[in-house]
Amino acid sequence: MTYHLPVLLVVVPLVAAPIAALLNRPRLSWAVAVAATLWALYAALELLSQTMAAGAIHYELGGWPAPYGIEYVVDPVNAWVVVIVALIGALVAPYARVSVEREITEDRIPLFYAAFILCLTGLLGIAVTGDVFNVFVFLEISSLSAYALIALGSDRRALTASFQYLIMGSVGATFIVIGIGLMYVMTGTLNMADLADRLPEVSGTRTIPVAFTFLTVGITLKLALFPLHLWLPNAYTYAPSAVTAFIASTATKVGVYLLLRFFFTIFGVTFSFDVMQLDRILMPLALIAIVTMSLVAIYQENVKRLLAYSSVAQIGYMVLGISFASVLGLTAGILHLFNHALMKGALFMSMGCVMYRVGSVRLERMNGLGRAMPWTMAAFVVGGLSLIGVPLTVGFISKWYLVQAALEQGMWPVAGVVLLGSLLALMYVWKVVEVAYFREADPELGISEAPLSLLVPTWVLVLGNLYFGINASDSVGIATRAAEVLLGAL
Amino acid sequence: MIDTNLVVGICLLLPVLGAFLVLILGSRPNVRETATLLTGGLTFWHVWGLLHHLREGARPRLELLEIVPGVQLAFEVEPLGLLFALVASFLWIVTTLYAIGYMRGHHEKNQTRFFFFFAIAIAGAMGVAFSANLFTLFAFYEILTLCTFPLVTHHQTDEARKAGRVYLGILLTTSVAFQLLAIIWTWQLADTVDFTEGGILAGTASNGVLSAILVLFVFGVGKAAVMPFHRWLPAAMVAPTPVSALLHAVAVVKAGVFTVLKVAVYVFGIDLLGTLAATTWLAWVAAATIILASLVAFQKDNLKARLAYSTISQLSYIVLGALLANEWGVIGGGMHIAMHAFGKITLFFAAGAVLVVAHEKDISRMHGLGRTMPITFGAFFVGSLSIIGLPPAGGSWSKWFLGMGTLEAGQVGLLAVLMLSSLLSLYYLLEVPVKAFFFRPPDDAHHGKGIKEAPLPSLIAIGITASATVGFFFWPDLWHELMTMVVSGVGQ
Repeated sequence: MTYHLPVLLVVVPLVAAPIAALLNRPRLSWAVAVAATLWALYAALELLSQTMAAGAIHYELGGWPAPYGIEYVVDPVNAWVVVIVALIGALVAPYARVSVEREITEDRIPLFYAAFILCLTGLLGIAVTGDVFNVFVFLEISSLSAYALIALGSDRRALTASFQYLIMGSVGATFIVIGIGLMYVMTGTLNMADLADRLPEVSGTRTIPVAFTFLTVGITLKLALFPLHLWLPNAYTYAPSAVTAFIASTATKVGVYLLLRFFFTIFGVTFSFDVMQLDRILMPLALIAIVTMSLVAIYQENVKRLLAYSSVAQIGYMVLGISFASVLGLTAGILHLFNHALMKGALFMSMGCVMYRVGSVRLERMNGLGRAMPWTMAAFVVGGLSLIGVPLTVGFISKWYLVQAALEQGMWPVAGVVLLGSLLALMYVWKVVEVAYFREADPELGISEAPLSLLVPTWVLVLGNLYFGINASDSVGIATRAAEVLLGAL
Repeated sequence: MIDTNLVVGICLLLPVLGAFLVLILGSRPNVRETATLLTGGLTFWHVWGLLHHLREGARPRLELLEIVPGVQLAFEVEPLGLLFALVASFLWIVTTLYAIGYMRGHHEKNQTRFFFFFAIAIAGAMGVAFSANLFTLFAFYEILTLCTFPLVTHHQTDEARKAGRVYLGILLTTSVAFQLLAIIWTWQLADTVDFTEGGILAGTASNGVLSAILVLFVFGVGKAAVMPFHRWLPAAMVAPTPVSALLHAVAVVKAGVFTVLKVAVYVFGIDLLGTLAATTWLAWVAAATIILASLVAFQKDNLKARLAYSTISQLSYIVLGALLANEWGVIGGGMHIAMHAFGKITLFFAAGAVLVVAHEKDISRMHGLGRTMPITFGAFFVGSLSIIGLPPAGGSWSKWFLGMGTLEAGQVGLLAVLMLSSLLSLYYLLEVPVKAFFFRPPDDAHHGKGIKEAPLPSLIAIGITASATVGFFFWPDLWHELMTMVVSGVGQ
């Protein structure tokens, strides 16, 4: 079984999804979802430890050798992404039961879990596959299920949000498939390793830069890099709480992974950064994202929306790290994939707790929640401190490496913007803290603490924020390995 | 016999333990306060025990774990840190005693939360004092900022919320934007952030770059309240008086100037510091802060506000001491941490006592109160002498060394600043007891028959710190010995 692990990681959830739909009982479907996510987490951790110990794992689907069949390749880069996706999935699934019962009508709950497992399948598939067309297929699986999940939100605006995402997401996917098609025309292969071999011969043509451009736009749209982020705030705001927590911590991360895979492994650093000068696009956009989106976040009255804009800013940090194209910069970016998943997961889950008890996450409804829901709001505070980058939280570790990467290249102003972003984060986090702790609650509402099944997954992530902020040697070690793999693949 | 290195950990853990005892015992105030006093006593006892090891030349060290490759969460006891730890842990006991009288006398709410965060803040101060590298120091520096926020905003009023914003805003902004940048920059240049005798930065970069880092450090340590980043200190005065006394006269602000001294001695090294272009310039910024803050203090009628500005002024004495870049300056600066702490806490205790008993905040309404509260105002007088630097109070020693430092540095102008500032403080501090003892009470003042002295626990606390202030004039040896150890390690 160990040998088949790469494919079982994807196949087990893929089979579990229709089962969840067919069982058609909320509880049973939920149990299937939990089982599927736990399996994925086990497989992901196993793959990570294998690849860290013994290098890249190659798996031929159906026994067909690479150029003919589809190959799955697991190296430290995607094993890391798979672990992030599976971990968040395994925490959101148990969390979802209570939260979903409150926010989605009962007859749709089995479909919800089916879509949830499919989305997980798609995200895992994108990460493990070594075939670019397969990437597109899984991208569509994850996107379509995500559109459905978002549309299940209880607010009617969820429908328009989902539609908006559908249009933008389809445009992005189309751009990606055009880019893949152009590469296929020039090289005759869809396998990533073969592409990396053959592209240098034809990189002088006009077609390859065009393919590169299409892919850049398509992928940055998927990962919501400013200014292609417009689908994100509405989608995060109106989706069911569990969906927001899941998608915010995973979908954009997988987008960032695609960026890394295409531009470092397939096109290579020399072509992407020396010839196409990708950093000249990515770095300014990342910096603008960090500053403007944090500023926009400060003015939000809906906390989920506030966190959504904060996510766009945080994606700026990841892309910024990548745009340095150095080991230190990539380490920072890859590290922040994980760290940001921990903090945003915790923050969105705590907002799910608020949604469950209060029925809204608008600031004016959160008066005095610090007293009424102490554990929920404490989770928000710790997650927020991590977002700001206070020492002994994961956010600090990300900043530590990101600033170092900037200083290493003598870019003082960039280091300044990174730290400025922290201060803007302080402003939007504190806005919520003040409402929760300094205003009197309306005692007639009788709000009590969220149930344990919501609090426990939330606090697992909160403690993760602290643990990986105090003992970051493992996560930094993996991120550094991943960065070296990506840069070594010249 | 416990391993010496573990004692360091015990000093850090005891206050945390005390904090959780407070939470558990919250419903029974007497047991709760006994627990705080006991843990305070134990903490001080252990810190005191470390002194013996330092005298033998040992440097107890505790390495917890490696946070990221090359950077550890580690603690090491050296004389300067021990000085700060001794001051903070001793005054914690005294302040707890005082707070018992104050918080009950003033009928404050949420006392359990108050004593909980108070203990956590002490743990933060201990962490700052014993940190073995810049990273650990920064972590505890931020913990101290965050856990004092609930104390500053204790009343949870609109005013407290606004003050809390200023407090957190300035302290976090300066530390994240300047100090963190300086730390990472140091790490890049020196490949280490460990505090090392003689410094780690010498020869790593040009004079200009090192000057820039020094500027980032001095302004990045917002807790040292060098102008223009001083606004948080008066804002923090909305807190209950014990908070102002321990945190904004001792733990928090001293953590700031302690950081400046520590960076000057163990990151730059005083030899390197003396050669940097920015040092003199920054010394004059500190001098300007000394004078300007005194001038503002002059105009404050609210007693706590006046004390706040006096604190800003006095903190810059210590920053200045570090920036004189000679042994006299460092000794004087270090001793002033202790001397100012005991003096200023006495003043805050007295101000709080007046508030609890007579419900007066303004100096102009305290006329004549000295006759009904002679011990309180007597203590205020003694504390004032120490801050001004007059015998027979401890402050005269630290000011003496600082003055010698300015001469050693050849900066007669700075000596003049110190003199002028002492004259200013002579007026704005002594005005309070003089008016309280010799002026007639205002006609509408209702402090007639009902007014007695402060509650007994508070009075004992005031007595202890005031006597210590006088005692340090006759026996300043402990502080001087510790600071001599600091500079003798550096000189070689």
